[in-house]
Amino acid sequence: MAGPMKMRATASGGTTEVRVLMTHPMTTAQSGQALHFIQNVTVKQNGKTVIEAEISQAVSRNPVFSFRLKGGAKGDKIEVSWLDNKGETNTIETAVA
Amino acid sequence: MTRRSSLLALLGFLLARPLGALAAWNEQAFGAKTAADALKGIGASGAAPSKDIVIDAPQIAENGAVVPIEISSNVPGTSAIAVVIEKNPFPLAGRFEFKEGALPFVKLNVKMGETSDVRVVAFAGGKQFTATREIKVTIGGCGG
Repeated sequence: MAGPMKMRATASGGTTEVRVLMTHPMTTAQSGQALHFIQNVTVKQNGKTVIEAEISQAVSRNPVFSFRLKGGAKGDKIEVSWLDNKGETNTIETAVA
Repeated sequence: MTRRSSLLALLGFLLARPLGALAAWNEQAFGAKTAADALKGIGASGAAPSKDIVIDAPQIAENGAVVPIEISSNVPGTSAIAVVIEKNPFPLAGRFEFKEGALPFVKLNVKMGETSDVRVVAFAGGKQFTATREIKVTIGGCGG
């Protein structure tokens, strides 16, 4: 059920821009389907947690987030993971370009 | 216990731990059905209006299922940002905590059931600051 994720992390001008896509239905209670949505998103930079998010079913299907990190250099490891209300989880790791 | 089952139990324990650490989710605030209750749930009832919160979003969203919102806070020491879509059935859309190394910025896509003020709260140094932006929705997007 945990579909593929995509991520791009680019360093420029002293910041690193992280753009991540998650494949997830993000179904609401209003849709008539079972409530199924990502609740937690964690961003790590070289193994250190830098962003922790709690989100609701109001985030659109197949969520896309952009984040900005201070500094960052080519080759830094960025890891993003999510956990949904059914306990499903997925993680992606990429190197800063 | 066989060696194999004890190994599996240990593996299960090791896998469950990081998930447990991730699983903090403010059920009270996310379950709130009014913006006032959602703000109360995140400890932001007394947030002061601020011009240092920048909300970049379309004035009119043709498709309420995907409304792009870009938020950044210029309030010094911002450690978290919350997004409250005042007229959604469950107004709190998210809360983002920025630790050392992250800038107080996030861009995301949200669903909006109808035209609404989108309220952003920035948390800084034990205080809360807020700004709103109205987004008009022509076709609601909460059925997704």
